[in-house]
Amino acid sequence: MVAVQDTVKDVHALDVDKYKYGFVTDIESDMAPKGLNEGIIKFISAKKNEPEWMLELRLQAFDRWKEMEEPTWAKVSYDSIDFQDIHYYAAPKSDADRPESLDDVDPELLKTYEKLGIPLVEQALLAGVKNVAVDAVFDSVSVVTTFKESLAEAGVIFCPISEALQKHPELVKKYLGSVVPMSDNFYATLNSAVFTDGSFVYIPEGVRCPMELSTYFRINEANTGQFERTLIIAEKGSYVSYLEGCTAPMRDENQLHAAVVELIAMEDAEIKYSTVQNWYPGDAEGKGGIYNFVTKRGDCRGANSKISWTQVETGSAVTWKYPSCILRGDNSVGEFYSIAITNNHQQADTGTKMIHLGKNTRSRIISKGISAGQAQSTYRGQVNINRKAAGARNYTQCDSLLIGSKCGAHTVPYIESRNPSAIVEHEATTSKLSEEQLFYCRQRGLSEEEAVALLVNGFCRDVLQQLPMEFAVEAQKLVSISLEGSVG
Amino acid sequence: MLEIKNLHAEVGGKEILKGLSLSIGDGEVHAIMGPNGSGKSTLSYVLSGREGYEVRQGDITYCGESLIGMLPEERAAKGVFLAFQYPLEIPGVSTMNFLRTAYNAQLKARGVEELDAASFLRMVRAKADLLKVSSEMLKRPLNVGFSGGEKKRNEILQMALFEPRLAILDETDSGLDIDALKLVADGVNALRAPDRSMLVITHYQRLLDYIIPDFVHVLSNGRIIKSGGKELALELERDGYESIVSSAA
Ligand SMILES: Nc1ncnc2c1ncn2[C@@H]1O[C@H](COP(=O)(O)OP(=O)(O)O)[C@@H](O)[C@H]1O
Ligand SMILES: [Mg+2]
Repeated sequence: MVAVQDTVKDVHALDVDKYKYGFVTDIESDMAPKGLNEGIIKFISAKKNEPEWMLELRLQAFDRWKEMEEPTWAKVSYDSIDFQDIHYYAAPKSDADRPESLDDVDPELLKTYEKLGIPLVEQALLAGVKNVAVDAVFDSVSVVTTFKESLAEAGVIFCPISEALQKHPELVKKYLGSVVPMSDNFYATLNSAVFTDGSFVYIPEGVRCPMELSTYFRINEANTGQFERTLIIAEKGSYVSYLEGCTAPMRDENQLHAAVVELIAMEDAEIKYSTVQNWYPGDAEGKGGIYNFVTKRGDCRGANSKISWTQVETGSAVTWKYPSCILRGDNSVGEFYSIAITNNHQQADTGTKMIHLGKNTRSRIISKGISAGQAQSTYRGQVNINRKAAGARNYTQCDSLLIGSKCGAHTVPYIESRNPSAIVEHEATTSKLSEEQLFYCRQRGLSEEEAVALLVNGFCRDVLQQLPMEFAVEAQKLVSISLEGSVG
Repeated sequence: MLEIKNLHAEVGGKEILKGLSLSIGDGEVHAIMGPNGSGKSTLSYVLSGREGYEVRQGDITYCGESLIGMLPEERAAKGVFLAFQYPLEIPGVSTMNFLRTAYNAQLKARGVEELDAASFLRMVRAKADLLKVSSEMLKRPLNVGFSGGEKKRNEILQMALFEPRLAILDETDSGLDIDALKLVADGVNALRAPDRSMLVITHYQRLLDYIIPDFVHVLSNGRIIKSGGKELALELERDGYESIVSSAA
């Protein structure tokens, strides 16, 4: 029982201590006023009790950011963001703001949970209902206990990054910003200045992480902020599979999300990073919805290392995201598997970058874009082969599926090869969901929506297969739900 | 069980069926023969409810109920089955998964409880064996890379699985060599039953040597111009469509 209480406490610890840093008298304690300035950044850093160097980094980033301009090259359009009209720090919702019970939760949200087959207690937690203990969500006490114990036994560190800054500052200092430099791009720089939380994972040498770092996260992530910062380090010969996000739509009032994720794989190490992103896409008329501007990058630092990105992107009004791999170590491998579904007025500009630096480095890109309604979806991919990357290979397959005649799909590949021994292959297809196929399915008894779901899931199969088993089924359902109402 | 009266139907704004009447009783096997472009496939699509195939006049009564305006999936659940002339490929969806999804959808529409995975698998395997559909084939994506014969066998497997009351077979013989044709015909004959009627559409009479029909109709220019017993097929084979079409005109 002790272990269970620990877990609950840990989860509560994610609620930033509310009063401890109340000494910042000019700022109310739960929420910073709107706007961005040095004072706010100092406030965030103080709230988190950060070491001095972290505050320095934040302030440097902020100085750089003030000089930068918002990028406009992506094929997305949205009203410009007023960065002074955003709260950069808010403690997680206090109990008073939460729904009393599931009866007070938006029925549309509950309907989606039901379709995804999410158990009732977990629905309550995801919807932010008052007084739902995390441990109640797990089937049994022993799951939590075993989970914590086996991670600790293996020496794996898995905690909020704010906690890592307290307990393992030397690790964070060594690796933070080593893959995505502080001034990498507009949003990454903003994130470096104001990030509030995220995850930290450290897998020691030779350790195979004993479980998917997902089940636990699905519960915890309800508290992660809009400027998330994640850092994963896999030491020599280690392995970890990490799943971010969750098929269930999250209660979220923030419009702008600008996360940064950094992965570091040492010699012979492997990191598998999967994302299911299902934030609010806005209504059918295109009102509201999240702007999702993410920088994700992995560094295959050691020889024979491997990083795989798998993403299922179905939410957000505007997505701007290019999980990338720097293939530095000889024989290292980078993979990118992506499903991006846009419906109604959603816009997605997403893809990957594979930077081949080491010898015999290999990369593989499989992208499946589905557009319905009036949505626009762009695949933007870059493959760079360095002069020294002898024997490098890339294979890219990029398929687009259109549902209806008002949506669009675009493919923008950039290929640059400076080594004559490299082989780069690119295949792209665009097809329309065929009326004949739909009719065939319906003749066999499927409703139109079921037929669309089946055909689209078939189209996405190569990518769905890459997801951790327990999420593949939910992801399939999510694909269907995202396309409801897209035909007929 | 099926009564088609003075059916006028158009596709893409063009009238293709021009006053077709046909009556099929329980357990009967009717063959429709006709030259290319006479409207055979159009009839099969109108009966199964494909979008864009508009009934302009006349009526179709199936088991005492009009089919007009009914969705394709509703007709399927009520026992209307079409074996396609050109079965569609569904990439990424294994044949077994497709069969199970469709089967369960029909059960659901009829308000019957779903079959558990193990019993379903056993049932499909047994039916597949009869049609020499291998378990390897059931794992492959539906019809993707299947040979012509495999596709047609797969259609008949679905017919065996769904146990329709009305089975429409659209040129199931086309593209089959003689061995494959026999296999498919045996599969169809095994499914003949007092409560199952069949409409066998074919261009050649060859198929009718193996699936012996109770009645044969000749379709020309959107209308049935001649009906008879199984010997009419032989007559057609001997004299060609031309002579019948001109003598009927
Ligand atoms: N979508 C369509 N638009 C216009 N005409 C069509 C369409 N589909 C079929 N047709 C025409 O309908 C006629 C009958 O076609 P079909 O029913 O396929 O004949 P059959 O199966 O007897 O060979 C042909 O003349 C064909 O060109
Ligand atoms: Mg035809």
